[in-house]
Amino acid sequence: MRTPIVLAAAALTLAGLTACSSTGSGTTTEATAAGDGKITVAATDTECKVAKSDLAAGTSTFSITNNGSKVTEFYVYATGDRVMGEVENIVPGLTREVVVELPAGVYETACKPGMTGKGIRGPLKVSGEHKPLTGDAKLAEAVASYKRYIKSQSDTLLDKTKEFTEAVKAGDVAKAKELYPVARTYWERIEPVAEVFGDLDPAIDARENDVPDGEEWTGFHRIEKDLWVKKDVGGDGPIADKLMTDVNTIVTKAATVDLSPVQLANGAKGLLDEVATGKITGEEDRYSHTDLWDFDANLQGSKAAVQALRPVLEERDAELVKTLDAKFADAENALAAHRSGDGWKLHTDLSKDDLRALSDAINALAEPISKVASVVAR
Amino acid sequence: MSKGISRRRLFGLGAASVAAVGAGAVVTRSFAEEPVAHAASASDPVSFYGPHQAGVTTPAQDRLHFVAFDVITKNKADLVELLQEWTAAAARMTQGKDAGTFGAVGGAPEAPPDDTGEALGLPASGLTLTVGFGPSLFDERFGLGDRRPPALADLPAFPGEDLQPEISGGDICVQACAHDPQVAVHAIRNLARIGFGKVSVRYSQLGFGRTSSTSRAQATPRNLMGFKDGTNNLKLEDTAMLRDHLWAAPGDGPAWMDGGTYLVTRKIRMHIETWDRAPLAEQEAIFGRDKGKGAPLTGHGEFDAPDFAKKGPDGTPVIAGNAHVRLAHPDAHGGARLLRRGYNFVDGSDGLGRLDAGLFFMAYQRDPRKQFVPIQRMLSQKDALNEYIKHVSSGLFACPPGVTDGGDYWGRTLFA
Repeated sequence: MRTPIVLAAAALTLAGLTACSSTGSGTTTEATAAGDGKITVAATDTECKVAKSDLAAGTSTFSITNNGSKVTEFYVYATGDRVMGEVENIVPGLTREVVVELPAGVYETACKPGMTGKGIRGPLKVSGEHKPLTGDAKLAEAVASYKRYIKSQSDTLLDKTKEFTEAVKAGDVAKAKELYPVARTYWERIEPVAEVFGDLDPAIDARENDVPDGEEWTGFHRIEKDLWVKKDVGGDGPIADKLMTDVNTIVTKAATVDLSPVQLANGAKGLLDEVATGKITGEEDRYSHTDLWDFDANLQGSKAAVQALRPVLEERDAELVKTLDAKFADAENALAAHRSGDGWKLHTDLSKDDLRALSDAINALAEPISKVASVVAR
Repeated sequence: MSKGISRRRLFGLGAASVAAVGAGAVVTRSFAEEPVAHAASASDPVSFYGPHQAGVTTPAQDRLHFVAFDVITKNKADLVELLQEWTAAAARMTQGKDAGTFGAVGGAPEAPPDDTGEALGLPASGLTLTVGFGPSLFDERFGLGDRRPPALADLPAFPGEDLQPEISGGDICVQACAHDPQVAVHAIRNLARIGFGKVSVRYSQLGFGRTSSTSRAQATPRNLMGFKDGTNNLKLEDTAMLRDHLWAAPGDGPAWMDGGTYLVTRKIRMHIETWDRAPLAEQEAIFGRDKGKGAPLTGHGEFDAPDFAKKGPDGTPVIAGNAHVRLAHPDAHGGARLLRRGYNFVDGSDGLGRLDAGLFFMAYQRDPRKQFVPIQRMLSQKDALNEYIKHVSSGLFACPPGVTDGGDYWGRTLFA
């Protein structure tokens, strides 16, 4: 399905498209269309009641209240799970809002209690006037769409990194261990953007053997080693502070970075390369063995970039889109076999055959993804 | 938009400069007559098309890259499409061209090249690509069960073998042989890449120093034990014997294999270090041949027929009852012969200070049940050589007949 979009070029700036805010209200909200035009969403661990399933084209505000016991997320998806808007990390009792600009078309809403899986889906129909866009505008919209994704991920990255570093500074090893793979998820989804700022990526994410002689090893993996090997983060206060500062800096920079459609395509490929070289082998999280969290995050990040480009790809190479859909599904299914609760099995729990199957699925997906850049550049 | 560049043309090596070296045998796509056209010099291309696949009777090249794939797609149409893509790439690469039509440097700058590029500037180097289908391909996945040739019966267990499943078997094999290792590796690498998502590399093996000659024009090479190997091999020139012992004939089994052949592979690890400590006389007694010339212990020249009845002054046979040449000889198996096409391998060392080395044995034949199996059964029970070797992998493949022309593809007779 093509999604023509009503957007003036000036509206393609990031700020206007998606905005989240927390009201902190703990009151239970029935799913009704509120008088202020907001569409309420009542989320529980098993339900996702969206007040309206039929909207007019344009800007809509969804107000999501989490009445369940698990942290949840809310998404509006276009075909192929292209993220049109999302809000993450809605803790039980909290209400958060998201503003989404939707052209006419067929969409899906989803709540993800426990922040995993495909979520609880519901249909969403948007109708109204629209003007067709030129090819260039479609590419611009692809970039804008991906920037929305970056924004939502960076917001949560900040929150989760804060929780993680605070646990480290408090010396709470158990809590820090629990938060480590969660905070990294948001990092790993948008890592290609982070890598644009060369010097910060190593400060945040270097492995011990990446650090040149004489330089200090900082970032996630330094703390990971202390958590899992030393089992003591008593001396890691400054490291935790630096990590928080570096993540803050990178998020600020990411909000202003100019991305080209080709960069998007190469980012999608880059994330799968990360999986192939670092996660399949268990090198990334060599102390915690939580590589599958990163694997999943890389896969999702790659998919978000590809789906942002989807309208352009469908117009230029529909066959490639079909292949990508099928291979993404295969890779997700291959990974899903290793779920454990709301998280993942440890890398060390996977057999050689398991890892080979995952490697095959990533290779199968990465080959068609490597063709996206040239299609976009046409 | 076709920018297919011959690697040789790209780098200005005229065909004439190469042909001058050889005996003037011009490689063409004519394949009416056996033997198949073969390269006049080490850099020339070998014809890809013909009634039989190249890489069997083709005079053995110096280098091997062998690969076995597991098919991971469940879709038969995907598999057939892959075989067609592979055939097109193989036809190009064996002629010294890039794997894809745009090539290593001819495509869009934003796209990954459709050839990996490490063979740019290298001639065809006698590259042959030979495909085979393993017994596991005939399971329930693709509905090929009733097309499995009886001759593709699983090999029995042999005494003393220590097979590792992860380097044994496979749904599809491709043997790449060339005079330049980089050309052979390039070919397998590009085929594996084309196959991502449809097949997965199960194992691959590099080999060097062909251990058999498959033409009378070739000198008999030596294996890593230092002995000439394959003196009595089936050769390109033995037309009648090739017909009787190598190619599957109408009536042998399913018609799709007519003109095909069966390949058995065995990775044979040699206990190099203990062998090197064995006295010369023991080494020669084990093989039943003289180490220098390769002559049987009862003769003077390499090609003298061994006299198995001859006794020494002490009344015992000159060629011992458990000598390799006696047990492997066609006389011991009702005339059964193999076309051996093996290669030496050294996969580095084994962490215990020993070379991880030996022979990657490959033998083509008309029916393994009547050829490899009885021969190996006898060898595995009696061969004096067993003290110094261990079979660590096993593969069995039905290699279909040759690709006739540009409209044909690997395995068409099986899938059509």
